[in-house]
Amino acid sequence: MLNTKSAAPKTRDSLISQKVATLPPSGIRKFFDLLSSLEDVISLGIGEPDFVTPWHIREAGTYSLEKGYTMYTSNSGMPELRQELASYLELRYGLSYHPENEILITTGSSEGLDLTLRAILNPGDEVIIPDPCYVAYPADIILAGGVPTLVPTSEENNFVIRATDIESRITKQTKAILIGYPANPTGAVISEKEANAITELAKKYDLLVISDEIYARLIYGVEHICFPTLPGMKERTILISGFSKSHAMTGWRIGYVAAERRFIQALTKIHQYTMLCVPTMAQIAAIEALRNGEAEIEKMIQEYNRRRRFMVKRLNDIGLPCFDPKGAFYAFPSIKATGMNSEEFAEKLLRTEKVAVVPGTAFGTCGEGFVRCCYATSLPNIEEALQRIDRFIRKSRLNT
Amino acid sequence: MKEIFEILEQNGRATPEQIATMVDKPVSEVEKIIKQAEKDGSILKYKAIINWPKLGKEEIWALIEVRVAPQRDVGFDAIAEHIYQFPEVYSAYVVSGTYDLAIMVKGKNMQEISNFVTEKLAPLERVQSTVTHFLLKRYKENGEIFHLPREINKRLPITL
Repeated sequence: MLNTKSAAPKTRDSLISQKVATLPPSGIRKFFDLLSSLEDVISLGIGEPDFVTPWHIREAGTYSLEKGYTMYTSNSGMPELRQELASYLELRYGLSYHPENEILITTGSSEGLDLTLRAILNPGDEVIIPDPCYVAYPADIILAGGVPTLVPTSEENNFVIRATDIESRITKQTKAILIGYPANPTGAVISEKEANAITELAKKYDLLVISDEIYARLIYGVEHICFPTLPGMKERTILISGFSKSHAMTGWRIGYVAAERRFIQALTKIHQYTMLCVPTMAQIAAIEALRNGEAEIEKMIQEYNRRRRFMVKRLNDIGLPCFDPKGAFYAFPSIKATGMNSEEFAEKLLRTEKVAVVPGTAFGTCGEGFVRCCYATSLPNIEEALQRIDRFIRKSRLNT
Repeated sequence: MKEIFEILEQNGRATPEQIATMVDKPVSEVEKIIKQAEKDGSILKYKAIINWPKLGKEEIWALIEVRVAPQRDVGFDAIAEHIYQFPEVYSAYVVSGTYDLAIMVKGKNMQEISNFVTEKLAPLERVQSTVTHFLLKRYKENGEIFHLPREINKRLPITL
C-alpha cells in the first residue's frame, strides 16, 4: 500500500503509470534478441511489404522537400489530400464522405485507431475484439481506459469472428466492435453474410463498428467488404485505413479515418493537441499515390498473389495444413501435428533451420497451435524457407 | 496465360510446377503452353544476365548511330540485315529521329570496336555516316540494375 504522507523518496517504479506498467510487452521480444544473434536467417516474420515505395511516390516526396514544403499543414490534413481520398472512397466503394469534416489524415492507421478509442471510450467501456487479432488492439483499448472483450475464433471458421459469439459477450458496458478484415495475423477475409450478421448486432445493441481496413487492397479473387457500405452502417462505422500496405509506405506513417462529422470532430480534437498534423512530405507523397498509384498496386497484388498460392500449397504439402487466406500477406498454418506448441515450434525452427515465423500466441491465446508466415518476401526466399521448414518437420518427426 | 510468360520473363528457371502453383493452373496445361510458345517463337531463348565485369572480364560497349540510305521495296530492312549479321553487333534497331539505325556493339577493347566501325560499318555503300558513343558506365540493362550497392537490410527482422 502506498503511503502518500510518507516523506520517503518514491521508488523508480512508482513513476510509471500503473496502466502502462502492467501492460504486457509484445510477445516477440525474445525472438528479436535471438534473431539478431543469428546469421542467414530467412524471415517470414515481417509484417510489412518488401517492396520499396513506388518511385513516383518517393519522387513526389523528395520534390516536396526541394520545393520547401516543410511547414505544418491543417490539423485534419492537406485539403487536396482529403479531397483525393473522398474521391477515392466514392469511386471505389460508392461512399460519400465530406472532405472538409468527415476525413482526418493520421500518422498511420495506428494513430487513427488510438484516436478513435480515446475519443469514444469512457473508463470501463468494453470493446469487442477477435482472438487472435493484431497486437495493438487490446493494448490500445487498455491505454484508452477501456476493457477489451476477447471473442474466441477458430480454424473451422477461418478465424473470422462470428456474430453469435459476439452477442453472448455483449454487456451494458459494450461500446464498440473492433475488427480488421483482411486480417493480420490470419489473412482471413470476411464474407458479406458474416459482416451483415455483425452489423445487425451493432444496430440491435447500438454499438459502433471500428473497421480497420488497412489491408483492404491486398485481396485475392474476392470482393472486399467495406463496412460503412453495408446497410445502415455508415453512421455507426469508423473506417480506419492508410497507405502502408496498399502503397508499400509503412515508414512514411500516413493513414486516415473516415466517419461521420461528430466522430471526426472528436478525433481531431485529440489529434490537434498531440500530433498537430501528419508530416507534410508524407501527405504530398500520398496525394501522388492516390492520383497515379493504381498501376503499381495492381503489380504488387499480382506478385503477392503468386507468392501466396505458392506458400499455401507448399505449407499444405509439407504437412502444415493451412486454409486459403484471401487477403493481406499472411498464411496461418496449423502446427498441431508436430506436437509442439506455437512458441516452441517458432523457437526451435529459428534455432535449427534459421527461419523466423511468429507464434500464433503473440496475437492471442486462440492462436495456439498456429504460426504466422508472411509472404511479403521474394519467391526464392519463400522457397528456401519452406524447404527448411520441411526439413525441420521431417527431423522432428524422426525424433519423436 | 500472359502471367505464365511474365513469370518466365522474370525468372527463366521457374519450373512448370512452380508456375502452375503460382497461376493456379494444372501443371500439364502450363507445360503445354510453354512448349507451344517455344515452338512458335513466342519464347525465343532462355538466358542468364551475367555481370561480366564482376567476373573480371573486360568488355567495351558502344552505341552507334548510323545514317543509311533506304532502298526501294525493302526500306531499311536489307541494310539492317547486312549490319546485324556482324557478330560484333549485339542489338540493332530502326529508330525515328535524326538518324536511322541504332546499334549496340560489343568488343574486347576500344581498338576492336574502332576497327569494326572503320573497316566494316562505315565503308558500306549505303551507310552515309556513323556516330560512335562508347559506354562509360552501365546502370541498368533489360530492367536489371547493375552496380547495386550491397543491399542493407531495410526491414526490421520481425514486426507484428
